Amino acid sequence: MLKRALTLLLVVSMIGGLGVWAVAQQKTVSIAVTWSGQELQAFQDVINQFQQETGITVNVEPIGRDLATVLVTRFKAGNPPDVAAMPNPGQMKQFVDENALVPLENIINMNQQPKGFTDLTTVNGHCYGIFMDADVKSLVWYSPKAFKAKGYTVPTTWDELMALTKKIANSGVTPWAIGLESGAASGWPGTDWIEDLMLRIGGPQAYDLWINHQISWLNPDVQAAWRAFGEIALNPKYVYGGTSGELSTNFGDAANPLFTNPPQAYMLKQATFMQSFIQQANPNLVAGEDYDIFPFPPMGPGLPTPIEGSGDLVSVFNNTPESQALIKYLSGAEAQTIFCKKLGKLAVNNTVSPDIYTNPISKKAFNILSNAQIFRFDASDSMPAQVGSGTFWTGVLDYVNGTPLDTVLTKIEQSAQEAYKK
Amino acid sequence: MHETGIWKRLSSAPGRVGEFLSPSPRLRPWFYVGPSLFLLFLFLVYPAIETIVLSFYGPNSHQFVGLANYHYAFTDSTMVTAFQNNAIWLVIFTIFTVALGLVIAVLLDRVRYERVAKSIIFLPMAISMVGASVIWKFMYAFKPEGVAQIGLLNQIVVAFGGKPIAWLIHSPWNNVALIAVGVWLWTGFCMVVLSAALKNIPKQLLEAARIDGANEWQVFLKVLLPLLWPTATVVTTTMIVFVLKIFDIVYVMTNGAFNTDVIANLMYKQAFLFGNYGRASAISVILLLVIVPMMWINIRRFKGQMEMR
Repeated sequence: MLKRALTLLLVVSMIGGLGVWAVAQQKTVSIAVTWSGQELQAFQDVINQFQQETGITVNVEPIGRDLATVLVTRFKAGNPPDVAAMPNPGQMKQFVDENALVPLENIINMNQQPKGFTDLTTVNGHCYGIFMDADVKSLVWYSPKAFKAKGYTVPTTWDELMALTKKIANSGVTPWAIGLESGAASGWPGTDWIEDLMLRIGGPQAYDLWINHQISWLNPDVQAAWRAFGEIALNPKYVYGGTSGELSTNFGDAANPLFTNPPQAYMLKQATFMQSFIQQANPNLVAGEDYDIFPFPPMGPGLPTPIEGSGDLVSVFNNTPESQALIKYLSGAEAQTIFCKKLGKLAVNNTVSPDIYTNPISKKAFNILSNAQIFRFDASDSMPAQVGSGTFWTGVLDYVNGTPLDTVLTKIEQSAQEAYKK
Repeated sequence: MHETGIWKRLSSAPGRVGEFLSPSPRLRPWFYVGPSLFLLFLFLVYPAIETIVLSFYGPNSHQFVGLANYHYAFTDSTMVTAFQNNAIWLVIFTIFTVALGLVIAVLLDRVRYERVAKSIIFLPMAISMVGASVIWKFMYAFKPEGVAQIGLLNQIVVAFGGKPIAWLIHSPWNNVALIAVGVWLWTGFCMVVLSAALKNIPKQLLEAARIDGANEWQVFLKVLLPLLWPTATVVTTTMIVFVLKIFDIVYVMTNGAFNTDVIANLMYKQAFLFGNYGRASAISVILLLVIVPMMWINIRRFKGQMEMR
């Protein structure tokens, strides 16, 4: 008797559980992201708003810096997240080659996306990803108060920048702070340096050829860009902590020496997203007064300032009504306003009014971006993963650690020859 | 035939069903072992064969490339560095874990607080390799001179008046720093196994040796060590098989940068970051081949022990 009752109970609960599971399966969408800390918090705010408005449950999966690997393995296993932040357009293209992604041009409002950004995610006429935000990378962070105290002026050309570097170094303080550490992605801040220098030394055409491996990594312009980076990064008098400091300091902590009393460094080249890291480490600082940005200068006077940027790219793996709703929301003005305002990033949706940039830094960055005559997307993000997220990053680490430039470049060139063949 | 247990029930089923459900006793072992063998084949044998096959194909496993992947594995500079690092790991890690485990087991055998000390030394085995790597990353943390150090080791160095050292960056000593983490984790294991073997040695043997005039050193070398030798061999081969696959510590602490890369990490990078399954498979096969001699030693000794019984 008891046995029968128990069996019945088991069957009923299994059916019930199945029913609950089936119901729960509807109206959910999962999204995998790299963010953590304050960036994740801001994204969660966006998601909460979305959930409130649509009633769809969103499963945010913060995978962190290993997202590139996890996406590949999950896709191969047939279990990708519904929506995912792509680490970069290069990898997005690799997924498109495998027919992994859903074309978005009929789901989102394409008129609200600037052509410069949709071009990057369009393959064979279909748009496979939207940018939730843009970051300007060609910026130098500094403390206006520290500059004023010493009578330093913001440099407007490369020569002025180097002169300022030497001046500060001669006064006994290291002028630059650089932080290259970033877990499995260590080395990427150095690639930003080299890319900006390549854009200036080689020019935009050479930059484009370089991204597509139509010029070799041993090309004189590429070498000059690396050496210009090395002029600063390899000189222990120019960089806080010397090469060991650069290699050990996490990119998020790199700005800390700028705000000590007295300052131990004066300038940090980093993108707009650095703001949230500075704010978290130094909550008492006021944007615009205690910390500010100036554009990384062009090579000479009168030359246009090329701007390098990047952004957070989101793509869809599974075409369900919920994931369509989510991607539509994320590409829209409301989501981007919430996200960018909090983090100091720039919205990509062109219906977002510039007035949302109440933060003086974001406002400045927005102006820099809108007025840029030359704009290029982050090179390492556009290259195949083996180079852009592989040998380029480790090449920077090796170079800063003392490996001769020829050795470094030959290694990258070798991997590039294979990577671009596929 | 006297049926027992489940076979009694099954064979008592009516008619032909009973005959079908209780096969001859010669087949019965296969019924017990069958499911496990099947799972073993599915999850171990088949993937191994598949990996060997894939190692002869290109990145997407479509194009036959013969030995090209193996050629890469043995000639590429990053691979060569990784092989060297694995060799360094092999030698230093194995020697230190087994030797330290042995010494600690022997010494602790004589003190009253043996249990407490053994528990403390064994404690690191309770945490994951990744957890330990994160902890030690903080221990090795480097901040430039003049700033407060957050890493314990550098704080000690600075407290004694030295300059902070970037432990994880300066090759080749950064390899030793990583190996130290592994030793910290696994000495407890060796110690526990060797301690158990030690306790199995009859006390009379040691007493007899001491009565005959052996000093402690001679007791250790001439009595304890030879008796512990079989166990020490098992522990050593276990550690060797383990250290050849080392991945977590290297991946978390340096991701192979600064000449610390190891084969397992490169295999991971090739497979998942670069999508080159041919090369990753070739590296796995090489790792498999290197471990085979160890397994052969273990099996031979196991067979020897069986024969002794």
